[in-house]
Amino acid sequence: MNGRTNDLEPGLCPSPLLGPTAPSPGETQAEVEETLKRIQSHKGVIGTMVVNAEGIPIRTTLDNSTTVQYAGLLHQLTVKAKSTVRDIDPQNDLTFLRIRSKKHEIMVAPDKEYLLIVIQNPCE
Amino acid sequence: MATRAQPWQLRRARSSGPVALATGGAASAEGPGRPGPLQDETLGVTSVPSQWRGVQGIRGDTKSCQTASIVTAEVSTQTRKHADAEVQTEAPEPVRLQPVSRHDSPRLAAFLQRVEALVIRELNKNWQSHAFDGFEVNWTEPQQTVTCLHTLSYPPAQGQGMHVTSVSWNTTGSVVACAYGRLDDGDWSTLKSFVCAWNLDRRGLSPQQPSAVVEVPSAVMCLAFHPTQPSHIAGGLYSGEVLVWDMSRPEDPLLWRTGLTDDTHRDPVSQVVWLLEPRHSHRFRVLSVATDGKVLLWQGAGAGRPQLTEGFALVVQQLPRNTKLKKPHRGETEVGATAVAFSSFDPSLFVLGTEGGFPLKCSLAAEEAALTRMPSSVSLRSPAQFTFSPHGGPVYSVSCSPFHRNLFLSAGTDGHIHLYSMLQAQPLTSLQLTHKYLFAVRWSPVRPLVFAAASGEGDVQLFDLHKSSQKPTVSVKQTQDESPVYCLEFNRQQTQLLAAGDAKGTVKVWQLSTEFTEQGPRETEDLDQLAAEVAT
Repeated sequence: MNGRTNDLEPGLCPSPLLGPTAPSPGETQAEVEETLKRIQSHKGVIGTMVVNAEGIPIRTTLDNSTTVQYAGLLHQLTVKAKSTVRDIDPQNDLTFLRIRSKKHEIMVAPDKEYLLIVIQNPCE
Repeated sequence: MATRAQPWQLRRARSSGPVALATGGAASAEGPGRPGPLQDETLGVTSVPSQWRGVQGIRGDTKSCQTASIVTAEVSTQTRKHADAEVQTEAPEPVRLQPVSRHDSPRLAAFLQRVEALVIRELNKNWQSHAFDGFEVNWTEPQQTVTCLHTLSYPPAQGQGMHVTSVSWNTTGSVVACAYGRLDDGDWSTLKSFVCAWNLDRRGLSPQQPSAVVEVPSAVMCLAFHPTQPSHIAGGLYSGEVLVWDMSRPEDPLLWRTGLTDDTHRDPVSQVVWLLEPRHSHRFRVLSVATDGKVLLWQGAGAGRPQLTEGFALVVQQLPRNTKLKKPHRGETEVGATAVAFSSFDPSLFVLGTEGGFPLKCSLAAEEAALTRMPSSVSLRSPAQFTFSPHGGPVYSVSCSPFHRNLFLSAGTDGHIHLYSMLQAQPLTSLQLTHKYLFAVRWSPVRPLVFAAASGEGDVQLFDLHKSSQKPTVSVKQTQDESPVYCLEFNRQQTQLLAAGDAKGTVKVWQLSTEFTEQGPRETEDLDQLAAEVAT
């Protein structure tokens, strides 16, 4: 899986810095928290988490054990889904993953370095 | 030469002798055949014996036959080598969250910036979408009806007219055990009783032949399998003793017994429960309640006698006076506990069913000493915190909801089931199921709105509050002659199974239909609503 992401690196990789005037670590920190808060405050959202490329959670709004479980399992599923899409058509790529279950809707926004996972209650 | 010739001649002469003799012999042999001179002669009678029999005799020769002796050989074998291996699993250590590294922040911020719009859009879309309303997937072939899978019994116990007083599933969900005793005679009996276990997953299960039987000197009133050890089972006796057996050792199953001391119960034990020891993740204690009003916590210390670690006593004068109760008779101070159920959310909180018909909310953390003169090696405390409004008769069973921290059910001799909230004395709902007694009530471990009740009319009734809050959704006949069902228990592992024991001495294992095992969407919310709605 690491090999795969490395293969993708040329072309898809955005610059790690946003521009010549990169914000200071303190500002980006606040920015990250702000964004997560905005998503978390959305209607029906139960939890939000950010997982790195190894499947290790780095930010979460849920409790520890739930986060670890979600992160590990959804990371595997996303890798599988991504390879499925690319095996069908090598020019294609996975952009978003939605899982509808009886109790929740789980959304995964994948990227080469991180996954953003949002768990939402279905509509009333 | 001459000397040489002589011996030859001699030899010749010698050898000619027998020849001459031989010819002479031949000549004399011819003699009798020659006709002699004529003369009168009387010939003797010659008899010729019949040879018929003789011939027969000769032909029929005797023979004998004998089977070869059976050769036996004794060979003994013994394996001399053995190897011990120890395996231990340790409680999994949760993966720690990686400390937020400042270094990653710019890239993380960039990532979030990129995906935020997309995620927000999808969240909005999803919130407004009704595409999946009422959509259900059938992953498995639905089971339409409630059917009886096994009818288990132990004929020697049935022959003595014993009842099944309690059933319990083990931690793997494959073994069901039942206790035999009698509930209807109040006498002090010395009747032997049995604890039987059947392994339902074993090939060639024979319903009349339990895979393990333990003989017990007094009637067993209640059973509970260990929460993690598949073969350990605790039982409470009519005599007030509490025992723990290891069913995997048929020759010597007893692990420990409390014996009869000042510490033990003086009345039949009504229920036993295994509790996780605080501050230990693997050690368990046994809690027993009895009609003498004591609630005792036993700690098995190695083999033999367990230690009483904590004790509680219910005393009438110390009950919270928030509901009007009948004035106790003079001198009567004990409150008999008939059932116990622990909260799934707070390990120290439990509900007791009492002979007075009122459930009690109790706590293991209670500090107040009980006003009792009962002798005991540990100081008895008074656990009661709150009294709920009573049933019309003794309560036989209580059950705390596994899905809601405040809800619990109670059932009693008045034939009613009460649904209580921990927060108010009056029951949220009261259902009359039967005109006879109710002996057991249990919440489903998988469906928040489902519970089962065992009735004195021989029915196992299944309720789905989602469908109807007034009458049972399904009612199955456990006994043909309406003899009571005394106990029932859901299987936590194989959630489609329900075991129920009755007065005929049989245990029936029911397979529930899919509607009782598949949780519908938003069922937990409905339960919350039920708890909130009726309370206001």
